[in-house]
Amino acid sequence: MNSQKHAPTAPAPFKDRVWDFFASVRLSVVLLLSLAATSIIGTVIPQNANPSVYARKFGPDLYSVLDALSIFNMYQSWWFRLLLCLLVINLVVCSVRRLKATWKVIFPKKTHFNPDRFKKAPGRIEWQVSDTAAGDLKNTIEQYMQKRYSHVQTRQEDNSWWIFGEKGRWTRLGVYGVHLSVVLLVIGGLMGSLFGFEGMMNVPEGEARRTISLRHSDETRQLDFSVRCDDFTVSHYPSGRPKEYRSDIAIMEDEKVVETHRLRVNDPLRYKGINIFQSSYGQNAAEAFTIVFTDTESGMRFEKKGAIGKTVTLPAGRGKLTVEDFSGNFAFRGHNVGPAFLANLKPASGEQRPVLLPVNYPKFDRMRGGDYAISIEDVEYTYYTGLQVTRDPGVPLVYISFALMILACYITFFMFQQKIGIELDDSGNGVRVAVAGISERKRPGIKTAVRRLAAKLQKQTNQRTAG
Amino acid sequence: MPNSETLFTVVTFIYGLAFILYVAAWIFKKSLPGKTATGVLIAAAAGNAAGFVLRWAESHQMGYGYVPLSNLYESLVFFALCIAVIYLVVEYRYKVRTIGAFTSIVPFLSMAYASLPSMDSQIQPLIPALQSNWLIAHVITCFLGYAAFAIACGISIMYLIKSASASPDTGAAGRFPDAETMDELTHQMIAFGFLFLSVGIITGAIWADQAWGRYWGWDPKETWSLITWLIYATLLHARFMRGWEGRRIAYLSCLGFVAVLFTYFGVNLLPGLHSYQ
Repeated sequence: MNSQKHAPTAPAPFKDRVWDFFASVRLSVVLLLSLAATSIIGTVIPQNANPSVYARKFGPDLYSVLDALSIFNMYQSWWFRLLLCLLVINLVVCSVRRLKATWKVIFPKKTHFNPDRFKKAPGRIEWQVSDTAAGDLKNTIEQYMQKRYSHVQTRQEDNSWWIFGEKGRWTRLGVYGVHLSVVLLVIGGLMGSLFGFEGMMNVPEGEARRTISLRHSDETRQLDFSVRCDDFTVSHYPSGRPKEYRSDIAIMEDEKVVETHRLRVNDPLRYKGINIFQSSYGQNAAEAFTIVFTDTESGMRFEKKGAIGKTVTLPAGRGKLTVEDFSGNFAFRGHNVGPAFLANLKPASGEQRPVLLPVNYPKFDRMRGGDYAISIEDVEYTYYTGLQVTRDPGVPLVYISFALMILACYITFFMFQQKIGIELDDSGNGVRVAVAGISERKRPGIKTAVRRLAAKLQKQTNQRTAG
Repeated sequence: MPNSETLFTVVTFIYGLAFILYVAAWIFKKSLPGKTATGVLIAAAAGNAAGFVLRWAESHQMGYGYVPLSNLYESLVFFALCIAVIYLVVEYRYKVRTIGAFTSIVPFLSMAYASLPSMDSQIQPLIPALQSNWLIAHVITCFLGYAAFAIACGISIMYLIKSASASPDTGAAGRFPDAETMDELTHQMIAFGFLFLSVGIITGAIWADQAWGRYWGWDPKETWSLITWLIYATLLHARFMRGWEGRRIAYLSCLGFVAVLFTYFGVNLLPGLHSYQ
């Protein structure tokens, strides 16, 4: 309590005021709404794009202001993390303070029942039992209550008996479970973003790689092992939609295969804390293909086997064609024309010129207006597999928080503490039984609970009399 | 044999009829249209469910075989079904039909939107990323949550009408349930919706972790579902800890549903993984 000496005029000690500030629900509401409002920014402004895109869109001045505020990577920014940390502190302080105050209320040494509260409780159910003595009825109900409820107490008053019971006391801790799950989630998330990484690697079939390029940066990272792609297959539906991508990969340490896995989308490999996912694929190169020369006048076809770097002679010695390069996604005047070959045509007479041969557009070369239109068919591709490689040490904590959140939300919303008071009033000609229940925060479910209990008791007492 | 699409078109009109009957029962204070409305809504929901199963069977016949929860069309159909079923449970338990006048319009609009000519209703095989059981759990729980929030919003609008009415106990607003019941029912629906939205977000996160190696990527849809979650979390705290009730809770409930609608539809205007084709 040193702070009191330093600030004698303050209405409350500084430490207490800080404590109060962090413990206020008003702060929780402000933080929840601030997180909601600021989160919108990142959904409107695409995140982590190339700086030049932003500079063009916003102009250099606005760009530098927004950049200084980390708007382009806002979910990892210091201020967004600060909001999250404040929420965690607020949750912890709030919960600890409330738990301290309510612990004794929730778990008192002696459970206290007040008959007056049950008399006034809404949803009270009464009925008359005429053929059983009050004492027997009391015993039956008492036995039933002892099986289903805890802290059962019986009290006698003049002509009446009171039987009390309680259950679901622990469910009042549910809300603290929800809070704990949020805290664990934020910690798990921060652990992932501080100590984890996320990157991509493209592995051509038959080759091994160990370098990944990290997401949203130009940096690379070396894995402790290398990944070899033994086979890649892509299958399609008749409509052309992809059906399955699959890579047979091998994990290699010191040139030895230590693990193999058939990688599919939704079926990753986890090895030494590193996760490897099937993410994309591409056509790496075309190993073999057929070059077709179509006579533009007669329509006659001439076929030749081709390969990258190989030169073939045109029909009737009209020239030479060298296929020089291949691209899996060639952009022609801004349009993606898909896989295409780049070749060099040297006619028998005249200058040599480059020709573009898109596989999916066999008539493309007719535009050139030569003697022969050239196209490529029967291409045998080799593929590379695109693997996503991640490490996230926060994931186990995050999964624990998921399970806790679902469980604790259920407990908080759908379970509650209920206190039951059953009055047996022996008026001489029969016994009046009244069942009433009270719950914390006037849960609507208490009425249903009382109705069900009354129905059970009615059945129990009837059976008893029948027997 | 009718195909599921034809069936859904018929169901759309039955939902429309149920809505008209609920409004008629409320305005003209008649019990016959009210009882008919319930029957018609049950028929619509049954047709909706039958269409769902039929579409499932059709996808198997075509050789794709998937639970029809994979595109906007199928989600609208499922959304309508969730609202109709949850509302019918509420009507049965609380014995109030006036709420039907404010909630049965949502399945009708949802189905009508699905029936627009521009909507792609073809049965398309699933791309690899969508072939996951987590996806099924994700969609079902999310839409149960959305449906509960839709009903909460309908009741909140009724609450606001009643509290703004000069004579809240007579006339059309007088036939609403009393303010306390509506407040309680709104809260019940929001608690239910909040649990299912939480489970929906979590199953989605697990799916993303399986498919892409990250449970959360701040994709616009994810972010908007979080915004929705935060708004309803605020509402729950305002109610429990600061004692808010009545109009203020009703306004927050409406705001929450606006966020739900944006999460569902608005996000498709933004780029991201979830944008439906």
